[in-house]
Amino acid sequence: MISRRNFLKGAGLAGGTLALVGCGGGGTDAATDGDTGSDSGELISVGIINNDPNESGYRTANDKDMKETFTEENGFAAEFAYSMKNEEQIASAQQFIQNGVKYLLVSAADTAGWDTPLKDAQDAGTQTILFDRVVDADPSLYVAAVVSDMDAEGQTAVDWLTDQALPEYNIIHIQGVMGSAAQVGRTGALDEAVAANGWNLVVQQTADWNAETAQQITQSVIDSGQSFNVIYAENDDMAKGAVAALDAAGITHGKDGDVIIMGFDHNTWALEEVMAGRWNYDGQCNPYQASTILDIINTLESGGTVEEKTVIMEEGYADCDTITQEYIDENGI
Amino acid sequence: MTIEKNQDDNVLKRLLHSQMIIPIAALLALVVFNLIADPLFFAISMGQDSSGNPVLSGQLVSILNNGSELAILAIGMTLVTAATGGQDISVGATIAVAGSAMLAVLCGGNMRPEVVTTPFILAFLVGVLVAMLCGAFNGVMVAVFKVQPMVATLILYTAGRSIAAWINNNALPIIPTESGFGVFGGFIPGIPIPTPVFIAIACIVVIFLVLKFTSLGLYVQSVGINERAARLNGLNPTFIKWLTFVILGVCVAVAALIKVSRISTINYQTIAADIEMDAILAVALGGNALSGGKFNMGSSILGAYVIQFLTTTLYKFNVASAALPAYKAVVVIALVVLSAPIVRNKLSALWKKIRSPKQAEVEVAK
Repeated sequence: MISRRNFLKGAGLAGGTLALVGCGGGGTDAATDGDTGSDSGELISVGIINNDPNESGYRTANDKDMKETFTEENGFAAEFAYSMKNEEQIASAQQFIQNGVKYLLVSAADTAGWDTPLKDAQDAGTQTILFDRVVDADPSLYVAAVVSDMDAEGQTAVDWLTDQALPEYNIIHIQGVMGSAAQVGRTGALDEAVAANGWNLVVQQTADWNAETAQQITQSVIDSGQSFNVIYAENDDMAKGAVAALDAAGITHGKDGDVIIMGFDHNTWALEEVMAGRWNYDGQCNPYQASTILDIINTLESGGTVEEKTVIMEEGYADCDTITQEYIDENGI
Repeated sequence: MTIEKNQDDNVLKRLLHSQMIIPIAALLALVVFNLIADPLFFAISMGQDSSGNPVLSGQLVSILNNGSELAILAIGMTLVTAATGGQDISVGATIAVAGSAMLAVLCGGNMRPEVVTTPFILAFLVGVLVAMLCGAFNGVMVAVFKVQPMVATLILYTAGRSIAAWINNNALPIIPTESGFGVFGGFIPGIPIPTPVFIAIACIVVIFLVLKFTSLGLYVQSVGINERAARLNGLNPTFIKWLTFVILGVCVAVAALIKVSRISTINYQTIAADIEMDAILAVALGGNALSGGKFNMGSSILGAYVIQFLTTTLYKFNVASAALPAYKAVVVIALVVLSAPIVRNKLSALWKKIRSPKQAEVEVAK
């Protein structure tokens, strides 16, 4: 689905070891612009459909960001609906459309089944903006989609790993739930690099985003006496579990250690592990889409048109050599 | 000579007819498979953890270590199954609730405490209380309101993880390593055997003492076999059913302590995910009827370790991620079919047929 990128990737993608300290900074400015841009008289009605904020730290941050952006002070009358079930989300969407909201913001639980509600919305004059996840619907049915590019997240991580120029690569690859967008993107990049560079995958196994399972998988490799020097875990929890197994076996890791630790998602505690030098890398999955959506709505409100249908979130990474406390404060979720 | 041989025969016969044969056979199959594939599977070595303390490591140690929670849950699940003829599918979710409560008490409102001042025992007791309350709720639904156990526990299965998140305001408490909370899921400094192994042994000893010196086992089986007959004999089936859920609650709290201690934090969605299915499977693997009645506690506990043995074996042989559930399913189907009463009867009939010519020979020789 994601075909175009309208954001220039930072130095990290180009292969440098610079951390993207400025990542996401532009978004904050946009939010401030939004205050002045919106009509002070009448509130703009928006219906926001999201997944359950309890799902993950990512989702909690995403929901909080939405709530903080679409406030009355910013000129919005926002209504929220939460569900991790697609059909419940669609029911909420139809309710919002009946209520005549001006904008419908959707993070769909599933890609299928959104044709009809989005068509209904269009007929009723409601404009739809997808965020976080795309759906299988004709692009003409929505104004824009603001999403993360999981393939790029994986590529950024693999490029960083290539730059470490290790004498040999023996990798423990711990995957997320098989088939999820994050797993597919983050696995895809590593698989390609393994094939292209002749790296050795000591183990490639799914831990279903579960820290304890990751711990068991890593433990199993240690017990069988295989040697490894990289742990590529597809989220922070699993990296933490793997590290727990290393600690129990007295294997050093992180900045000056024997094993390179890589995680994803930018949980604040994970960034602190990177800062402390216990981990080497943490890739960002940016949940702060609200300011970009706000920009789009402001453009539409002022009579402009949105040119880019798919907006990819700018995402960076944290490296134990360059991470700063400021970066953690700004990007931790 | 002959007398000794007869005794051997009896032991063998008793073993063959006992429920224990299924988990033992499964265990032997796994052991033999691993011996052939890679004898190093059974190697155990002494090493040091990152703080310099001695630790034993090896696949067998990992199996005993990681199987602890499941073995503890199997204890409670066996009692619930025997008394009610149904299963509790909310144990994973209530582990999240109890674990969340423990961490809430330890952190005292601060999600990232520098030091932990609350005694661990207090946090644990609060966790036990919370898990017992969850168990009591399930028990009331099943025993008093006569709701199907699987339906009754579906409530907490669905809501439990949200409740767990709500206890800590959806934040993730992290206990600092320096506090020493990690010992319950790791190692006691100086002792090379993982702590969960000791905790599991303690739970197993306690339940065996309870079953030996109280009438709990007898009462549970009576209620499970025939509730009305049990009532006519002066038992209170409602109370006994309720009690089994509360006991399972205690097991859940102990398992939750180990789980949250292993990584000193909690993820409400993934902690102990799907563990209820493994716990039920342990009971089934132990040859216990899932429709209630008679049970064999040792058999269930052994079943739990067999499941962990299988999981570890699959990790060891690096089965492709996507195929992992399929492998597990095949093994599970084989085990469950073999332990089904119909198949067992057929097999023992077949066994007799094979044996009978030999027996005849023996008679002739005499």
